[in-house]
Amino acid sequence: MKFTKTLMFTIALCLLVCTVAQAGKDLDAVRKKGFIQAGVNGGVFGFGMPDAKGVWRGLDVDTARAVAAAIFGDASKVKFTPLTAQQRFTALQSGEIDLLTRNATRTLSRETQLGLNFVQVNYYDGQGFMVLKKLGVKSAKDLDGATVCVLPGTTTEQNAADFFRNNKMKWNPVVIESTTELSKAFFAGRCDVLTSDASQLAGIRAVAPNPDDYTILPEIISKEPLAPAVRHGDDQFRDIVDFSVLAMINAEELGITSKNVDEMLKSKNPKIQRFLGVLPGNGKALGLDEKWAYNIVKQVGNYGEVFERNIGVKTSLGLKRGLNALWTNGGLMYSPPFK
Amino acid sequence: MSEPTTSRRAQLKPPVTDIGVIGWFHKNLFNTWYNSLLTIITLALLAALLPPLIKWAFIDSVWYGPAAACHDVDGACWSVIPHNIRFIIFGFFPEGQAWRPALAMFLLLSLVVYSRKRERWRSSLGWLWLISLTVMGILMYGGIFGMPVVETAQWSGLPLTLMLSFFGMVAAYPLGIMLALGRRSRMPAIKSLCIVYIEMIRGVPLISLLFMSSIMFPLFLPEGITINKVLRAQIAIILFTAAYIAEVVRGGLQAMPRGQYEAAESLGLTFNQTMRLIILPQALKIVIPPTVGILLSAFKDTSLVVIIALYDVLKTTKVTLSNPKWTGCSTEAYIFLALLYFAFCYAMSSYSRRLEKELDTSY
Amino acid sequence: MDKPTASLSSLPSPAPPFWRDAGKRALVFQVLALATVGGLGYYLFSNTQANLARQSIATGFDFLKKEASFEISESLIPYSAADTYARALLVGVLNTLKVSFIGIVLTTILGTIIGIARLSSNWLVSRLARSFIELMQNIPVLLQLFFWYAIFYEAFPAPRQALNPIKGLFLCNRGLIFAVPEGHPAYSAMAWVLVAVLICGWLLNRWGHRRQELTGKSFPAFRVTLFAALLLPFLTWFFYGAPTAMNMPVLRGFNFRGGLSVSPEFSALLLGLVLYTSAFVAEIVRAGIQSIGRGQIEAAMALGLRPGQVLQLVILPQSLRVIIPPLTSQMLNLTKNSSLAVAIGYTDFVAVTNTTINQTGQAIEGVAMIMVVYLAISLSTSLFMNWYNKRMALVER
Repeated sequence: MKFTKTLMFTIALCLLVCTVAQAGKDLDAVRKKGFIQAGVNGGVFGFGMPDAKGVWRGLDVDTARAVAAAIFGDASKVKFTPLTAQQRFTALQSGEIDLLTRNATRTLSRETQLGLNFVQVNYYDGQGFMVLKKLGVKSAKDLDGATVCVLPGTTTEQNAADFFRNNKMKWNPVVIESTTELSKAFFAGRCDVLTSDASQLAGIRAVAPNPDDYTILPEIISKEPLAPAVRHGDDQFRDIVDFSVLAMINAEELGITSKNVDEMLKSKNPKIQRFLGVLPGNGKALGLDEKWAYNIVKQVGNYGEVFERNIGVKTSLGLKRGLNALWTNGGLMYSPPFK
Repeated sequence: MSEPTTSRRAQLKPPVTDIGVIGWFHKNLFNTWYNSLLTIITLALLAALLPPLIKWAFIDSVWYGPAAACHDVDGACWSVIPHNIRFIIFGFFPEGQAWRPALAMFLLLSLVVYSRKRERWRSSLGWLWLISLTVMGILMYGGIFGMPVVETAQWSGLPLTLMLSFFGMVAAYPLGIMLALGRRSRMPAIKSLCIVYIEMIRGVPLISLLFMSSIMFPLFLPEGITINKVLRAQIAIILFTAAYIAEVVRGGLQAMPRGQYEAAESLGLTFNQTMRLIILPQALKIVIPPTVGILLSAFKDTSLVVIIALYDVLKTTKVTLSNPKWTGCSTEAYIFLALLYFAFCYAMSSYSRRLEKELDTSY
Repeated sequence: MDKPTASLSSLPSPAPPFWRDAGKRALVFQVLALATVGGLGYYLFSNTQANLARQSIATGFDFLKKEASFEISESLIPYSAADTYARALLVGVLNTLKVSFIGIVLTTILGTIIGIARLSSNWLVSRLARSFIELMQNIPVLLQLFFWYAIFYEAFPAPRQALNPIKGLFLCNRGLIFAVPEGHPAYSAMAWVLVAVLICGWLLNRWGHRRQELTGKSFPAFRVTLFAALLLPFLTWFFYGAPTAMNMPVLRGFNFRGGLSVSPEFSALLLGLVLYTSAFVAEIVRAGIQSIGRGQIEAAMALGLRPGQVLQLVILPQSLRVIIPPLTSQMLNLTKNSSLAVAIGYTDFVAVTNTTINQTGQAIEGVAMIMVVYLAISLSTSLFMNWYNKRMALVER
C-alpha cells in the first residue's frame, strides 16, 4: 500500500497543475495571468484551425490576437482552446475562456438567456445551398423531395427546417458532426444538396474533386452575423474587445496597413493621429496603453489584410468581400468615429 | 541380418494423400466435401478482393509527392502522412520541442517492454515505474533544465492518447480496488454506495461521461475556479475505468478461498493487514490478464475524446484532413491510424493471452 | 470487519472502548462515508445553482414542451419539425433501440458462426476467422464506423443509376430501397395467426417435455410448430383472396418514393457495431464450446444420440451457462457504442440530444437525460438476462 499512497500523492501533485483563475473582474484577471484564453473552432479552415506546424490560423484566431495586442501590446499573448458547438457557451460562462471567437451567430436569446455579450461582427454570413450543376436546379424552391446534407451548426438545422416548412416542401436531412465527413459524403453523392453558411460552402466547393461541377444557389435563407462574445459582468473588457475589432475596420477605412503604419505615425490627419495614439486620449478612455490601436495594426493588420490572408480570393477558400467589404465599397463594415 | 518382411514393409510408402504438401492440403483444406466447398469459396473471394486492393495501395499510389500529384492517380495518396506526420503525432507541441514527447513515449514503451517478463515484477519495478512516470511528466511539462513550460492544453496527438489511457489506468487502479473492497464490505451503507457507483458508471456510455466533463463539469465548480479540458477528460476516463477495474478485482477477490481469510484472522491480522499481505497480492495476480484487457479497451476508447474536441491522434488526423489540400486522402489517413492502433492493441492483446497461459499453468 | 474482536465480545469481559468495537466503528465509518458523499453532492449542487443563477441560464425541463423545429430523417413514429422536443427525443430513443435490437440479434448470429468457424478443421477458414477477430478487436470502433460509412456512400451509384438486381429492389448511395406489399387486411390476419401458432407451439413444447419426463416418449414439438408456422399463415393469405399488390419504389425528382428504405447511415452503424461486437462474441462462443469436455460428447454419442440431439441436449445447455454472462455485457457494450452514431449522422438519442442542447443551451438537462436513458436500457437488459441466466442454470441438476 506504500506504493498506492505514493501514487495518490503524485496524482494530487498533478492536480495542482490545474489553473485556478481568480474571480472578479475579467479584465483584471486577464491582466494578472498575462494572457487571454480564447475559445475557437478547432476545425474550420480559414476561421480557426491549426496548420501543419500546430500554429493557429484563421479570421477568428486573428481577432483574438488583436485583442491580445490591444491589452498587452503583444499579439502572441493569447492561448487557444478548441471548442465544440455544445461546449462553447458553457466554457465562456464558467470562465474557462475569457473570449469566444468561434463563428458564433449573434441572436437575441443568446444575449439574454445565455448571459453573453456579443460585440462588433467580424464576419457577416448567411445560410445558402450548394448543388450539383447536372441536376439542373436553378432555385432553392425546386428542392422538393431532396436529400440535404446539413453542416453541423447551431442554427443551420433550424433554418433549413424553417425554409422547407415555409415553402411546403418535403426533404430528408443528413446531419453529421464533422465537416470533413459531411463534405466527403456530399461529393460522393450521398445528398443532392449541401446547406451551410455561405462562407463554408465556398470553402467546401474549393476542395471538391471538380469544383466546376457544383453551383451555389442564389437564395440566402438566413442572416448570420458572426461575432466575438464575452460574458456579462465586465463592461470595460467588453468595450476593449468591441473596439479591438472596430480598430481593424477603422484602420482599413483610414488606409493604414501593417506595412505603412510606422509612416502613418507621422501623418498630419488628426483622425489618424488620434487613432494611432499620437494624439492621446483613446487609450486612457479604454484603460489601455495609448499605442493599443497601433499594436493591433502593426502586429495583426487591418481587417482587409486579415480577411485576405485567411479567407480572401488568394486562399483556397477564395471568398469575395461581399457584405464584409467596407461600407464605402457597398459592404456592411462600418466603424464609429474613434474620438 | 534382417527379415525380408520388414524390409518390404519399409519400402511401402504411406499414400501420397497423407504426407507432404498434398497431405497437408488434404488434411487441412479438403478433408470433407463441405470443407472443400468452403475452401474454394474462400479462395475465390480472396482472389476477387486482393488484387485490386494491392493495385490501389502499392502500384498506383503516391508516396511522397505533393498534394497536387494525387489528383492524377487512381491509387492511394499516402503522401498525406509524411507531409503532416509531425502534427498528427505531436499536435500542438511547440516547434523544436518535439523530442520531449518523443523521448517520453520511448521511455514509456521501453518500460512496458521491460516489465513484460514476470520475473521482473518486484517492488523495485513499481518504484521504477513511478520514477519514470515522473520523469515523463517533467519531460512533457518542462520548466526545469532550460526546457520551456508546455501546458497540458498543448499536449496532443499520440502522447495525449497514451497519457489518457496509461495514466488513466494507473490512477484508476487504487480507486478500483477500493470500490471492489467496498462492494464486498459488510457495511450496508458503504456497500450500497459502491454498488450504485459501479453499476451507474457501467450502465452509461463513456461518451456521456465525456460530455459531462466537458459541458457540465465547469458549472459544478465555484465561480472563478476552472480545471483545464484535458484534465477533466482524464478524470472522466479515470472514473469510468475504475468501475470496470472494480468488477475485475472483485472477481479476483471472490476466487480467494475462505480458508485464506480464516487463516489470516486466526493469526490475529487486522483487516488492513489481511488485505495488504494475504488477499490482494494473490487476487491481483489472478486478475492481471483481464486488467490488460481493460487497458486495451481504455486505449481504444480514448479515441472518443475526438467528440469533445480534444486533440488526440484521431482528432489531429481529422484536422489535417479538413485542410482543403488533403481532404481527399481521408481513407489513406484512416488506414494509417488503423494500423497504428492495431500495432499497439495487437501487442497488448497477444501479451495478455500469453500471460493468461503462463499464469494458468502455475496453478 | 474485525472478526477476532467480534467473537471475543461474547466472553464476559469489560466492554471495549468504542473505537475497538467493530460494530460501532462500522457505524461511524458509514456515517462518515454518507456524510462525505452527501456533502460533496450538496457542494456541487449549490455551486451549480449559484452559477446558473448568476449567469441567468435557463433551467428545468420546460423546453420539452416547445417546438423542436428541426427535422429528423429516420423515425419509427410520425414526426415533423412542428412537434415538441419531447417527441423528437422519443424518436431518438426509438432509433437507439432499433439499432441496438437488430444489432444484438445479428451479432449473436454472426458471432456464433465466426466462433464455430474459428474451431473449424478447415485451416483456411479457421485462419480467416482468427484474422477477422484480431483485426476487429484491435481497431477502435469509431474508426471502423468512419470507414464503413465511407464505403457505403462511395461504392454505390447515385439514385438515377441505382443498381436494380431484382424487380422492386434498388441499391444506391441513398440506401437500400425495396418494394413492400400494399396494405391489406390479409397481412394483419397472417400476423395474428403466426402469433397464435407460436403460442400453441410453446404450450405444445411444454406438454411434450412433461410427457417425456413421465413416460420417456419424446414429441417433435419443434418440427410440428415450424410446419404449422409456415403453412397456416399461407392458408390465411389464400383465404383472403391472395392479394399481390405491391408498393413499388419509383424514382421521382431527387429520390425514390414509395417502398421501404434503409439508410446508409443506419446500415453503416449497424454493420460497424455488428462486426466489432461479433469478434468479441465469437471468442466467447469459442470458449463456451471448448469448455465442454470431449468425454461428454463421446458419452452422448455412445448413448446413441444423433448429432443434432448431442448439440441440443448436451452441448448447448452447458455451454450457454458459460456463454450468457459475458454475452450480456457484450450486448450492453453494443447498445452503449451505438451512441457513436452521432459521428456518422444516424439520428440516435445522443444525436437528437446534441441538437437539443445546441438549440436550447440546456446542457445539464441534456446530459442527464442521456445518462438516465442509457442506464434504463442497461439495467433492463441486465435484469432480463439475469432472469434468463437463472432459468438456464436450473437446467443443471
